[in-house]
Amino acid sequence: MDMPAKPKKKLGLKERYAVMTRGLGWEPSYQDIDDIFSMDSFEGIKIHDWDAWEDPFRLTMDSYWKYQAEKERKLYAIIDAFAQSNGHLTVSDPRYINTVKMFVNGFAPLEYMSHRGFAHIGRQFRGVGPRVACMMQSLDEMRHAQTQVHAISNYNKYYSGMENFRHHHDYLPYLQVPKSFFEDAATGGPFEFITAIGFSFEYVLTNLVFVPFISGAAYNGDMGAMTFGFSAQSDEARHMTLGLEVIKFMLEQDPDNVPIVQKWLNKWTWRGVRVLTLVAMMQDYMLPKRVMSWAEAWEIYFEENCGALFRDLERYGIVMPPCVEQVRKERDHLSHMAWCQFYQARGTSNFHVWLPSEEDMDWLSQKYPDTFDQYYRPRFEEWRRMEEAGTPFETTGINMQCQVCQIPMFFTEPGDPTRLAQHHCHHEGEQYHFCSQWCQEIFEDEPEKYIQSAIAGHDVFKGKAIRPEADPTAEDFNPAAEALAFWKLENGRDNGLHYGSQDERNFSMWRGLASSNS
Amino acid sequence: MPVNAVADYDFPANDREENFHGARVIYAGWDKHLMFSSPYAWPLPPDLPFAHFLAGPLAEAFGQHPDFAKIDWSQAIWTKNGEAFSPDLDKTIAENGLIHKDSLRFETPGLDGIGGQFI
Ligand SMILES: [Fe+2]
Ligand SMILES: [Fe+2]
Repeated sequence: MDMPAKPKKKLGLKERYAVMTRGLGWEPSYQDIDDIFSMDSFEGIKIHDWDAWEDPFRLTMDSYWKYQAEKERKLYAIIDAFAQSNGHLTVSDPRYINTVKMFVNGFAPLEYMSHRGFAHIGRQFRGVGPRVACMMQSLDEMRHAQTQVHAISNYNKYYSGMENFRHHHDYLPYLQVPKSFFEDAATGGPFEFITAIGFSFEYVLTNLVFVPFISGAAYNGDMGAMTFGFSAQSDEARHMTLGLEVIKFMLEQDPDNVPIVQKWLNKWTWRGVRVLTLVAMMQDYMLPKRVMSWAEAWEIYFEENCGALFRDLERYGIVMPPCVEQVRKERDHLSHMAWCQFYQARGTSNFHVWLPSEEDMDWLSQKYPDTFDQYYRPRFEEWRRMEEAGTPFETTGINMQCQVCQIPMFFTEPGDPTRLAQHHCHHEGEQYHFCSQWCQEIFEDEPEKYIQSAIAGHDVFKGKAIRPEADPTAEDFNPAAEALAFWKLENGRDNGLHYGSQDERNFSMWRGLASSNS
Repeated sequence: MPVNAVADYDFPANDREENFHGARVIYAGWDKHLMFSSPYAWPLPPDLPFAHFLAGPLAEAFGQHPDFAKIDWSQAIWTKNGEAFSPDLDKTIAENGLIHKDSLRFETPGLDGIGGQFI
């Protein structure tokens, strides 16, 4: 028997959105709602009406799949082409590859952490709108981690420093800075996490990350990295909007939320800028063809864009985080201090370093007329003399680190570039040291949290940088060599100076083969 | 302010002295010598004479600098956690009153880095 064909009812966009997001929620009848969503109240954020949440994108799951699959197909076609045409040999200069190493070790694992964080809060918010938005962001972040690792695997086939990126992210001292940043956020409650990552990192600071890496990739002939950057960009627009919407939602729901949000903005702006020290350094020192200086990027993306944002938030009673005053004072010092640190501690890094050439230094003097020639050029010139004399300067000592940001204590006093800053406090019979007043304030707000910091240098002293099979009581036990083995750093290959490295020699040889017949 | 948490939140400090196998962590930095980007840290036995600390770990860390050999330790000006400190070179780390995670800085009058430029 024939069934009469029923006309299919096609839903309008608005209806469809309602059914596919809000319509997925329900009122619990035999469980207490506070038990189901047990984590969205302990931080003290008061939400009176979750339905007041406006989803700015109105994306539903089915269109999400369709849209992302399309992007993915294009991206992987380019990644394949990159592999087949030896795309790694088209980059401007082999030094560029070190930025790729820093990216896969320092940044891609944060995308994965972000995936986990958003999956967690996508479960914890009781409002359906933000929950769906967080779930989609969680999927985006997983894709970002995967596509970055896939794109960069084309470099890993030829160059050192990338094959242990997970292990390095977990244990290599310098990578504890980005790792602990994200762990700090992920161990906050859902509202703090989304303020930290969704707002401070993705909204306030995102351009300061994306411009140097993605435009830097484009300027330096790296098609692979450029493509995943652009592929992620449309997601970033959605993430930034989610971050901003959440902030506004909290501020509008209850005036008691304002001081809590302000505290988080103060904390996460500072934490974010401290992590961006790595990016500032990469931008000023590691890109063979530069996009713009850190100082210029700060002026455009923070002072101009974020200045306007904070003025917009004033109507809720939000003010510019006070730490910004210090960030301004450090603006013309940050990248130089960091490169000085990485140059001298090059034995424990998984990328290579070099001294800036005369041409590089002239660019730096031009971009930093008030600081470079006076404070940093003489240091590089002295190190150049030492390299030329065959006694290159290198430190093997373990740096003192800040208890909160975990960066070696290389920051100078905000008003005195000739004196290293140190801050100090006591808590329950123990003493702690900080790079700045702001890291100290973060500690003092939640000392119970930061007394647990895993400080990389201290872990070496405690005997934690030892492989299970090693015998520290053996006669010939060498703790420094053992630490390198534990970190999976191959001394002389993964670390050290760029010029003369295996990577530099191979690149030149392959490029020579690729561009000539002999 | 105590930490905000969903459950009891009480964990011991990660870097208590007892976790360092009998050593105590001491930091030291050399003022006006920014060739060394930050102070260094060492796990030191509390019964180590201060002079041995200077001749051993400290010299290893800072000895590459041409100023280091010229230091007259009787003239050096020390601070500990920002306060004046006068170590007795013949006494040990513990006898000098140094406790776990003390931060030392020293200045060497007349030695202001390469070319007097704090390098
Ligand atoms: Fe992402
Ligand atoms: Fe810090």
